[in-house]
Amino acid sequence: MSKTMEPDLHEPSAGISRPGNPRKEWKHPSDHWMRGFILDNRAALGTLAVFVVMMTVFMIANPTVFTTWYLYSSVLTTLPVALFVVVPLVFVVTCGEIDLSFPATMGFASWVFALVVQSGYDPFLGIAAAIATGTLLGFLVGSLVVYGGLSSLIATLGMNFLLRGLIQIINEGKSTALTSLADSWAYKIFSSQLYGIPVQIFWAIGFVVLSALLYNRHRFGAQVKVVGDNPDSAQQMGIDVKRVRVKVFVFVGIGAAIAGTFSVMINFTWWPTAGDGYLLPVLASVFVGGTPTWGGVGTVVGGAIGAVTVSFIQTGVVAAGLSGFYVQFFNGLIIILSLLGHKWNQARYR
Amino acid sequence: MAERLIELRDISKSYGQVYALGGVNLSVDRGEVVGLIGDNGAGKSTLIKILSGVVKPTSGEILIRGQPVTGWSAARSRDAGIETVFQDRALAVQQTIVRNIFMGRELTGFLGWLKVNKEIEEASRLMREIGFTSKVFTPQSIVGQLSGGERQGVAIARAIYKQADLIILDEPTTALSLTETAKVFHFVRQVRASGRSILFIGHNIHHVFDIADRFVVLDRGKVALTADRSQVKSAEDLINFMEDVAHPGGLPGLHDAGDPEQRAR
Repeated sequence: MSKTMEPDLHEPSAGISRPGNPRKEWKHPSDHWMRGFILDNRAALGTLAVFVVMMTVFMIANPTVFTTWYLYSSVLTTLPVALFVVVPLVFVVTCGEIDLSFPATMGFASWVFALVVQSGYDPFLGIAAAIATGTLLGFLVGSLVVYGGLSSLIATLGMNFLLRGLIQIINEGKSTALTSLADSWAYKIFSSQLYGIPVQIFWAIGFVVLSALLYNRHRFGAQVKVVGDNPDSAQQMGIDVKRVRVKVFVFVGIGAAIAGTFSVMINFTWWPTAGDGYLLPVLASVFVGGTPTWGGVGTVVGGAIGAVTVSFIQTGVVAAGLSGFYVQFFNGLIIILSLLGHKWNQARYR
Repeated sequence: MAERLIELRDISKSYGQVYALGGVNLSVDRGEVVGLIGDNGAGKSTLIKILSGVVKPTSGEILIRGQPVTGWSAARSRDAGIETVFQDRALAVQQTIVRNIFMGRELTGFLGWLKVNKEIEEASRLMREIGFTSKVFTPQSIVGQLSGGERQGVAIARAIYKQADLIILDEPTTALSLTETAKVFHFVRQVRASGRSILFIGHNIHHVFDIADRFVVLDRGKVALTADRSQVKSAEDLINFMEDVAHPGGLPGLHDAGDPEQRAR
């Protein structure tokens, strides 16, 4: 071990900078900000490329529809609901787990919201109650998986059926109309339009940005990645692995509660099936976004772009003049092409 | 006499019916390099897992600087100034060098947000300190891209960050080249010179003999021998003794260090 007692790198180098300058030794290809940026975000950028290609194809197929604002406005209304669950799911998948119970959590939390609003309380109180419910359900699901030592794939699938069944048993399939919402402050703040743009998207973008920071610049994100990468090592280094795992499920619960509440506010109606349709598109978004299945790595921004891609497929295929029968086919095509792209784009280290 | 840093008293560990450790006493003083030797299955790994807080002993007492500890865990062990370089290195290979060095000990500021720049700065300082300079990687390189010796360097950098009082090296020279092994030895001497202690676990008795001030031989969950360096003439002495413990009555054993023959029987 040669003890390199070279001058501190942060000292301003006296005189002319020699070619053998120690600072030079630490130059790495990724030190150049452009290359570094591309290398660090290759998964997200790959997803962006898929999205751009897809939109170009759509625009060539039907330029008139794809240059009208209405199409984008309708996507921007429903997309935020998906974003609120896609982003926490990136954390779960990075942590080496999966959560299939979020549709039922969406339904359950928004049911609580509907009950509170129906009883004449302020919708803000309803939102708080919904988020509390989501937190509690996330904790319940997470504890079941982590402390019960169950497979998250099967246990969360079971919880999804169980919670949805509970909703259906009590409501007997009946929906709840919430017409009073339209006059409330909560609606204006969370669900109206600003200069013709649905405000939900601003909240969703804020959520994505905050989560991306949480993922990349916060102890929580750092520990989620390490636990997903090598849980044994994380434990040996004193990280409370179980606690971190439960936390990611709680995060999904919170996201699902917000998503469910937003979807109720869009429709002024709560259905006992609320959230059901989101299971597969949301999961597809996470993986289309470039988060691999094996844990340890992932991308929040990529997941968000994946969600945008997936929600444009449905609208785009129909708008491009093809019948609704084509939607599933294109959904599948984009998923497979994205996975192939990511496979080529990322190396797996062991 | 030097300050007693850590002491294990009558530590036992059983997995169901199987005894991994049956009443082990072990102590490490400040500024001392203790070599822990033993055959496969002697209980070396269990013992260091107990020291690093990963495994809880079935019975027995752990004392840090004379104080008995309660609620022993991996986090507590690290807080008490014990750092372990595990045999498998305990690295998250898809993460950066920085993330591995600060695993479980992230440098955070307000509300748990990471001090990213400070972490990178500290990581490159640590890497230079252990002679870990290369054009090929930076603190933000992925550990999976590094060679075995370089990964060992990351694990060691992590262990020295907090100026730990005791560094446990579990089979640090296994699967390393000669130059890399020499680096590890140099590191051990550096740590001792700075007045800190090392518990060096090794298969290779010659390696342990070269580096340790005191030897502890573990055999089937019990301490078979504790000997100062002055009491052992050569590595062959140790090897003979271990053979003697494994096959009692076969070869002549050691006659010093508190009559080990008696215990071997």
